[in-house]
Amino acid sequence: MLQRCEGCGAFTYPAREACPSCLSAALIFVDAPPRGLLLAETTAHVPSDVYFRERAPWRIGLVKMNCGPTIVAHLHGDCVEGAPVRMSFQLDKSGQAVAFARPEGETPNMADDRQWRELTADPRFRRVLVTNGRSAIGREVALALKVAGAKMVFVGVAEPWRPFAGENLLQGQDGIELVSLDAADEKSTRNLAADIGGKVDILVNTTDYVRPGGLLDRRGTSIARDEVDQAYLGFINLAQAFGPIMRMRGADGINNSVAWVNILSVYALANWPAFGAYSASQAACLSLSHCLRAELRPGGLKMMNVFTGPVDTEWFQTVPPPKVAPRAIAQAVVSGLKGGLEEMYVGDVAEEIRQRLASNPKALEREFDR
Amino acid sequence: MTTSLRTPYDGIVMAAPVTIPYVRYSIDSAQWWIGRALSALVAQAGIKVSDIDGLCVSSFTLGTDSGIGLTQHFGLCVRWLDTIPLGGTSAIAALRKAARAVQARDADIIACVAGDTNHVDSFRLTLENFSRFNQDAVYPYGAGGANSSFALIARNYMRTFGVTRADVGRIAVAQRANALRNPHALMKTPLSIEQYLAARPISDPIHLFDCVMPCAGAEAFLVMRDETAASLGLPAARLLSTIERHNAFAGDPMQVRGGWAMDIGELYAMAGVKPDDLDIVQTYDDYPVITMMQFEDLGFCGKGEGAEFVRQHDLTIDGDFPHNTSGGQLSVGQAGAAGAYLGLVEGLRQVLGTAGPTQVRDADLCLASGFGMINYDRGLASGAAIFAGTSR
Repeated sequence: MLQRCEGCGAFTYPAREACPSCLSAALIFVDAPPRGLLLAETTAHVPSDVYFRERAPWRIGLVKMNCGPTIVAHLHGDCVEGAPVRMSFQLDKSGQAVAFARPEGETPNMADDRQWRELTADPRFRRVLVTNGRSAIGREVALALKVAGAKMVFVGVAEPWRPFAGENLLQGQDGIELVSLDAADEKSTRNLAADIGGKVDILVNTTDYVRPGGLLDRRGTSIARDEVDQAYLGFINLAQAFGPIMRMRGADGINNSVAWVNILSVYALANWPAFGAYSASQAACLSLSHCLRAELRPGGLKMMNVFTGPVDTEWFQTVPPPKVAPRAIAQAVVSGLKGGLEEMYVGDVAEEIRQRLASNPKALEREFDR
Repeated sequence: MTTSLRTPYDGIVMAAPVTIPYVRYSIDSAQWWIGRALSALVAQAGIKVSDIDGLCVSSFTLGTDSGIGLTQHFGLCVRWLDTIPLGGTSAIAALRKAARAVQARDADIIACVAGDTNHVDSFRLTLENFSRFNQDAVYPYGAGGANSSFALIARNYMRTFGVTRADVGRIAVAQRANALRNPHALMKTPLSIEQYLAARPISDPIHLFDCVMPCAGAEAFLVMRDETAASLGLPAARLLSTIERHNAFAGDPMQVRGGWAMDIGELYAMAGVKPDDLDIVQTYDDYPVITMMQFEDLGFCGKGEGAEFVRQHDLTIDGDFPHNTSGGQLSVGQAGAAGAYLGLVEGLRQVLGTAGPTQVRDADLCLASGFGMINYDRGLASGAAIFAGTSR
């Protein structure tokens, strides 16, 4: 994304308030062609900032974009002066979007580059806790992370003596360890954190509790209480048990603690009355996630929310397609971590709601009540 | 040669060059350093504080004070006041503005002062908060500061024109030789080209001896009309011409030239001299490669011939091209905005014959230049002035 002038069409960078070609104030951020040429590079050996000092030497360069501007960028190790590069903005440890230049083509072990890994949360070589292995989402996420090169995937299972579907896919697998975890139970989360808290580089909160209904068709608060217990208080338990130690390990060597992931319903963003109370519990989790993002920031951890539409599981059985396959969610988790993102939208429903919220939120609300 | 349509600086002079000797770190404030410079100006010129009726100040470390606060701080009652935040071009810009003010009789005696303190963390804080573009689009990239920004410029320039580190090093080595004759220079040990080449890398191709040392200090001079100087019995140098340019050559993808290149025709035309006529040259040496660029852009050689130029000339005090005779910022130290004044004030001493141990024999015609404000990817500001001593 770069600013482009609506008046004269010129791209500009760094961001500013008036176009340097025609002084128009109509500078709109748009997706810019990502190609450029690396004009010059340097390696900072003695940075003045403590963060970079610890990570020196650090390589940066100046890139002339094909669309016009020149951009100071972090460099992938395989970038060569005078050669074409492709640019992207990545979120750094402080949450700022920074330009990153990668070689135009693929190079061997490209994702393992030291500076690239500093700006992403790639699960490769890292240890992950998936909080709920009983669900199809939890199972698929665990398996996808393993395929993505995670060194160890801990999979939380409440009441582990009770068998569950797909247990055989996880049990006894190399690099996958089932652990006892009931997120809704404060003691259970604390016990697990005492055991493995210092070994969790990425936590994927797959806890969910889906029940249909809004307000008037339910009687009393017992179901709502369960929803809050499982999703919202479960999130708090997990955050309080694992958040502090993860934040402390944000700079713990090269396979440090890097990210927290929540899988949330897209109805956290806009209430769907058919699942109205569930939507509200998800909205509470979303709000809390922004709090957690701010609190994890000093440790440099990323907080990613993966928004999904109705999933192809039993609790959404009455909802017509399109529905999201648990495997698609798992793939989104992996690709979001590899890209170091803060938000992912999985499936057509989630993407549609994202777009419609941006264009006309009141129309979306009106549509949902039919 | 181009002719200039600008009003000449007839009868405009500079006097009382003041340097408050630099220290690496100071527990004093910028206000203290500026106060010392004003006090020295008054003493050297033999005037009263109340005779100063114009003030121009440059500093990075005044905190919330601006020029107006300083008038009360120092008991000045002026009728002309300016604050110039142009980094390395501050001295040239101050001189230009002050010259026109005394020419128009808006003021009679203007004190141009630059001073900065250097606390232990001052430099890093200045880097972190330098400009908005810098905060957004430079500092988060390795926080190499000006070193990394100039490293990119230097690397591109050196590759484009086939310049080696040994070529650039000649400038730094010659300046160190000059500095050894300046008792106030912070660098007090000789520097050989071998030591220069063996220095540790800071941000390739910038190595240790390409960098200035941030320090505390102040510089100042007075601007007035010649009849004022005569009535005070003050030796003064005549201002012959100046140029100033900002954001030049914005279309160059990387900086290989500064704004001087747009204006040198006028610089020499207004002064009525040629580059060969100059006795001494004081360039803005935040990095020696920038000095090499200035040799080209100020007309001493063609673009891309800077390396050959420094190979062909001896840049020391006794050499055939006396340059940065005090040792320059590279060897004296960079006292913030005072770094912009260093060359101009030393040049002033030279043409007045008061440079003492660094005096170039028969120095009469001087060019001093400024360069500064790396807002994003390049130095935005450039300026230069030519002035002459009493014997011309």
